[in-house]
Amino acid sequence: MSNALHLHYEVSGEDFTRAGEASGAVKKRLKSLGYDSDAIRRVAIAMYEAEINMVIHAEGGFCDVDIYPDKVEILLADKGPGIPDVEKAMTEGFSTAPDNVRSLGFGAGMGLPNIKKYSDEMRIETTIGVGTNLYLTINVKQN
Amino acid sequence: MAKYFHSVTLDAEKCCGCTHCLSRCPTEAIRVHDGKAQILSERCIDCGECIRVCPHHAKQAVSSTLDEIKSFKLKVAIPAPALFGQFNNLDNIDFVLNGLKAIGFDRVFEVSRAAELVSEATRELIKENKLKKPIISSACPAIVRLIKIRFPELCENVMPLLAPIEVAARIARKEAINQSGLPSEDIGVFFITPCAAKVTEVHSPTYVKKSACDGAIAFSKIYPELSQAMDHLEEIEPIAQSGLMGIGWANSGGESAAMLGDKYLAADGIENVIRVLEELEDEHIHNVDFVELNACSGGCVGGALTVENPYVAQARIQNLRKYMPVSLNHLEDNSLDLMKWENELKFDADIFRLDEDIFKAMSMMERMETIIQDLPGIDCGSCGAPTCRAMAEDIVRGRAKETDCIFKLRKKIQNVYDELSGIK
Repeated sequence: MSNALHLHYEVSGEDFTRAGEASGAVKKRLKSLGYDSDAIRRVAIAMYEAEINMVIHAEGGFCDVDIYPDKVEILLADKGPGIPDVEKAMTEGFSTAPDNVRSLGFGAGMGLPNIKKYSDEMRIETTIGVGTNLYLTINVKQN
Repeated sequence: MAKYFHSVTLDAEKCCGCTHCLSRCPTEAIRVHDGKAQILSERCIDCGECIRVCPHHAKQAVSSTLDEIKSFKLKVAIPAPALFGQFNNLDNIDFVLNGLKAIGFDRVFEVSRAAELVSEATRELIKENKLKKPIISSACPAIVRLIKIRFPELCENVMPLLAPIEVAARIARKEAINQSGLPSEDIGVFFITPCAAKVTEVHSPTYVKKSACDGAIAFSKIYPELSQAMDHLEEIEPIAQSGLMGIGWANSGGESAAMLGDKYLAADGIENVIRVLEELEDEHIHNVDFVELNACSGGCVGGALTVENPYVAQARIQNLRKYMPVSLNHLEDNSLDLMKWENELKFDADIFRLDEDIFKAMSMMERMETIIQDLPGIDCGSCGAPTCRAMAEDIVRGRAKETDCIFKLRKKIQNVYDELSGIK
């Protein structure tokens, strides 16, 4: 085997009650691997937030997950509108989510800040009108 | 004793190898091999779902019998509050308590009394604010075991207080010793139980070294004798000392209501509970101090060893509570300390992980993902595993082979046939 375990998921943009399917599946697999539980928690939270973002803003996309013994690397890619001002989007409380989404308790403007908080590395590649790639790394903390 | 004692067992003679239990088991602890169900002991949490769904009554709960109490000089019954919901037209729980005395017990102590103490202790702990929030109730043993094997990050959230049964058993035993002068070994304390998980908890406790109960007797086992005895009571001795708070623990939401606050969540039914635990683990649930989780729908009234429809029992309990005082049992000095766990709740990592060695686990999972691609994905259970994914896991663990899947087998036979018919 290669040194990483590769998983791939399509994220449907049709129904955001389905967001969380990919992060849920990854969490289940990490548990079967006997992965560090703090790292599992952070992967699940960061990935879920990113999935929600993809559904709300970009009509879905896909995610690639590479599991290494000491870290998890995640790419969440969409063909959405792109993020015009990444710095602004990173501000806690800044949100461009539509009202119908907010009325359901989402869109509090904590998505990207939370993803950053729970991951060890985060990188955004975004092009207006083309899409966004979000790269995340979550490390297993060494005792 | 085996490493894991379980109340839930299989009567192999009655089992016809169908897949009812297989698909309902929340921890995927059942496999069917050679036409018979088998329980993977380390995964079973004794929730009793399989007992409920088995059309052939092959899944059973082992529990104590009334005969067993006879070996003790002094017999004490500690009934769960859900017992009071099993009888029609009951307006006073003393009928049930006197009935228990009529069928052989010398003393009776309601578990609902201890529930009131646990509620008060929980309120103290929430006020102290030292525990990790949200605090998850430790009352349902099936849930505590589920967290112990599946939710590592939540083990710390489980309230480190004994369940009301254990508190009741300790107090009842102490009172019996003091009043009779008999040594502890002559006193038999028996829990009257609505479910299998609590039988297991008595025999193989999670957070105490040894339970103060000597056994647990199922509602369903004593129901005929008890209801008959209740019909023939001549006088009613006043025994009951529970308030509506303690009795309310029989129903889902009862323990939460006794928190006297509004930042709580109560979920019941194992599938619903698992969804809540997943969300708690992912930190999607906010502004909640206390989480009450019951494996059975409706709470303890829904236990697999009860006799009455859970919702009928629930309504009866509500009715009984109407005329009761709020709470009759209160903590005394030091009693909170006596209610604390003796053992810490530690995550049992071995149960679900593929291998201790992460490299090996990863290569096993890689193989699993490849195998799954090739399986029909309809989770039919014919191979003996609950899902195609579980079967792939069994294959990499060396517990199953690909041709256990009837679709794979059919394909293989077809290939052999095609090959043979090509030879002319």
